[in-house]
Amino acid sequence: MGDVTAAVEAAVGRAFRDEWGRIVATLIRVTGDWDLAEECAQDAFARALERWGRDGVPRNPGAWLTTTARNRALDRVRRAQVESTKYRQVAIVSNSDDAHVDNDAVNGIGDDRLTLMFTCCHPALSLEAQVALTLRTLAGLTTAEIARAFLVPEPTMAKRLVRAKAKIRNAGIPYRVPPAHLLPERTDAVLAVLYLLFNEGYSATAGADHIRQRLCFEAVELTRTLAALMPDEPEASGLLALMLLHDARRDARVDAAGDLVPLGEQDRTRWDHDTIAEGSARLEAALRRGEVGPYQVQAAIAACHATAPDAAATDWEQIVRLYDRLAELQPTPVVELNRAVAVAMAHGPAAGLRMVDELASSGMLAGYRLLPATRADLLRRMQRRDEAAAAYEAALALAATDAERRYLSRRLTEVTGRRAPTP
Amino acid sequence: MRYLLMICTDESAIGALSPEEGSAMLAEYGKFGEEMTERGVLRDGARLRPTTDATTVRVRDGEVLLADGPFAETKEQVGGYFLVDCKDLDEAIEIASKIPGAQHGTIEVRPIWEM
Repeated sequence: MGDVTAAVEAAVGRAFRDEWGRIVATLIRVTGDWDLAEECAQDAFARALERWGRDGVPRNPGAWLTTTARNRALDRVRRAQVESTKYRQVAIVSNSDDAHVDNDAVNGIGDDRLTLMFTCCHPALSLEAQVALTLRTLAGLTTAEIARAFLVPEPTMAKRLVRAKAKIRNAGIPYRVPPAHLLPERTDAVLAVLYLLFNEGYSATAGADHIRQRLCFEAVELTRTLAALMPDEPEASGLLALMLLHDARRDARVDAAGDLVPLGEQDRTRWDHDTIAEGSARLEAALRRGEVGPYQVQAAIAACHATAPDAAATDWEQIVRLYDRLAELQPTPVVELNRAVAVAMAHGPAAGLRMVDELASSGMLAGYRLLPATRADLLRRMQRRDEAAAAYEAALALAATDAERRYLSRRLTEVTGRRAPTP
Repeated sequence: MRYLLMICTDESAIGALSPEEGSAMLAEYGKFGEEMTERGVLRDGARLRPTTDATTVRVRDGEVLLADGPFAETKEQVGGYFLVDCKDLDEAIEIASKIPGAQHGTIEVRPIWEM
């Protein structure tokens, strides 16, 4: 009996991962009501736990869940209709729509998740709201989980979600995939949210709340969905490749003591080579379309690192060329700083330091922690120990995590030959 | 849906326009108004006199209190508005972006609270 329960729970868990976003997206289209959609989707999963144990797991769990959730939604809309003839969903829910939903669920076509992604990431919503809505409606994270992932109190996150949904309704944010003339910029907005999610998760090191690390998984899965739904958008595949190529190195980034391990010193046998292969294949397919963009270029840089058999074999000349291209596409000071690191690896630290100093004197990266950290590493490699020490101290003052502080302290000890003061 | 598009600009800069620049601006607004009327989305619209002509009214304890000038001193002031009736926020944004004042000022897009 316990085995049956476990099997049902596993089936429902799998269906939740695979179907939640699609069901919510469909119900929003059908009812126009975001809260109702979430509630009815939740109901359907609760009912699945109960019914699948008794009747067995249906042949097509997605269709079963969609139908159950939709029936529940229609039921509630009709009841509300009786209570108030002014209820605005009345006109939207029609019988012809019912048949349509059934077909969609059975055939697996007419995926509404793309519409939901574009609506969640509408630029009239704050970036914070876009991120929270995406995690709630598409990935199915609870408000409590999202709050924990972003280190804010749950009531704050709950309020953020309520406000975002109210704005969509009250300001008339359309529920649709944007028309062609808006598509490029709106796609950029969706990609930016997914990349932010990934980076939030990726920056969470071992020991951090597990839910923060799960953001990486959710970001990869959502980007996989986006890439599948937008096969003509090579930047979606490029972003997926970028995430996979970084994610593959995740375990090797931190040592047993929880300290950061620089790329050059990582144990490459701990990299996930299947994921690297998948990322590389995705990138190649995207590049074949001949419409290069910043995510594809960044993925190509990550691929250079991920496919080098050892640190010494890294093709830094190629990486510099890719950064040149990235700087054309995205002329930002952060890209310029990364380009300087690549130049230092390809042509020696002095060449890189010249670029870093130029950036420093421009003042554009004032307060950016990786500026003094990069400068310090270059000065260390040039044996300019006193200057390196000063730069490490400047970097320590700006460090964001304990792991980073430990790394910088270790380097500071190396160049000064004494222990760093513990902050 | 109906939206109020409030044109917020630096009125001192507008006051400093030469007569030629001023009439060029008015011509641009005329063109915008015609275009939107033809499209059938424009319900109303007007230019406002500067805040030096504004009066602020409050009633406290039954007493009408007046003050010269605007409610708040800010760098940008509402210098005019359009009331539009269009499909959704995306269309309202597109219309707002075509208002000449958007080139130097800010357009605040506010949905009308339909009763």
